[in-house]
Amino acid sequence: MKARITITLKNGVLDPQGKAIEGALHALGFAEVANVRQGKLIELDIPAADDAAARNQLKDMCEKLLANTVIENYNIEIR
Amino acid sequence: MKSAVIVFPGINRDRDMAMALARFTGRAPQMVWQTETELAPDLDLVVLPGGFSYGDYLRCGAIAARAPVMAAVRDAARRGVKVLGVCNGFQILIEAGLLPGALMRNASLHFVCRRVHLRVENNETFLTRKLGRGDIVQAPVAHGDGNYFAEPATLRALEDEGRVVFRYVDGTNPNGSINDIAGIINRDGNVIGLMPHPENMIEGLHGRTDCAPLFESLVSA
Repeated sequence: MKARITITLKNGVLDPQGKAIEGALHALGFAEVANVRQGKLIELDIPAADDAAARNQLKDMCEKLLANTVIENYNIEIR
Repeated sequence: MKSAVIVFPGINRDRDMAMALARFTGRAPQMVWQTETELAPDLDLVVLPGGFSYGDYLRCGAIAARAPVMAAVRDAARRGVKVLGVCNGFQILIEAGLLPGALMRNASLHFVCRRVHLRVENNETFLTRKLGRGDIVQAPVAHGDGNYFAEPATLRALEDEGRVVFRYVDGTNPNGSINDIAGIINRDGNVIGLMPHPENMIEGLHGRTDCAPLFESLVSA
């Protein structure tokens, strides 16, 4: 099955790239845009018996490598 | 003193560090490639030098921190061997869980290559014992991700336990690091990481020799 993992900075952690993007959007006239956050997207194929098994493995991958849980949150989608 | 420098693909300050160690310890360090699974049993010091291991992919130091040699580094640290991480080496030590917190993108978003002023906050470490508490030394930095961050409880512990070794002073914080933190030590007192490059401020050609006492400290430890 295919999985998609989204990694974003936790709320309260300064996201200078998000701020820079927000500034550029404002400059382009999208004045009402707020709270821009930039993250990472990781897609992968995983052979697993069922969603729950895949999710367990993916969580393990996130905790061990894909996310830095001191500053980042992760979200797992299985398709 | 017997030392080793760990080398990962993309590291580029390994030879600067090796030359500095050779000069001060009187013997060339072993250069250990990342796929090794064992370190010499009689090492006194393991150094993770600066650079851009694995091209800074995923997060700075994240891939290198999971390389085979890191199990041996972790084991050495547990045995009390001194471990020093400089710049990318500091990032790797944090990613490996040997030091707390995180190093984030510089607040300015710019890669910063300049000289900073560091105040010695703790001179009872294996890297600072030849300096005085409150001494200010200059050192170069060259990084894009040196913005130290720690959760409030971790930060409080670092401060209360005197585990901030160096702080940027005189308005030279190059990255937005919390509490101006430039370098920290672990609770056991044998693992230090710092963003500045002491190996590049030790001889006449570097312009100044402020960081020579750091290497003298290593040798005297």
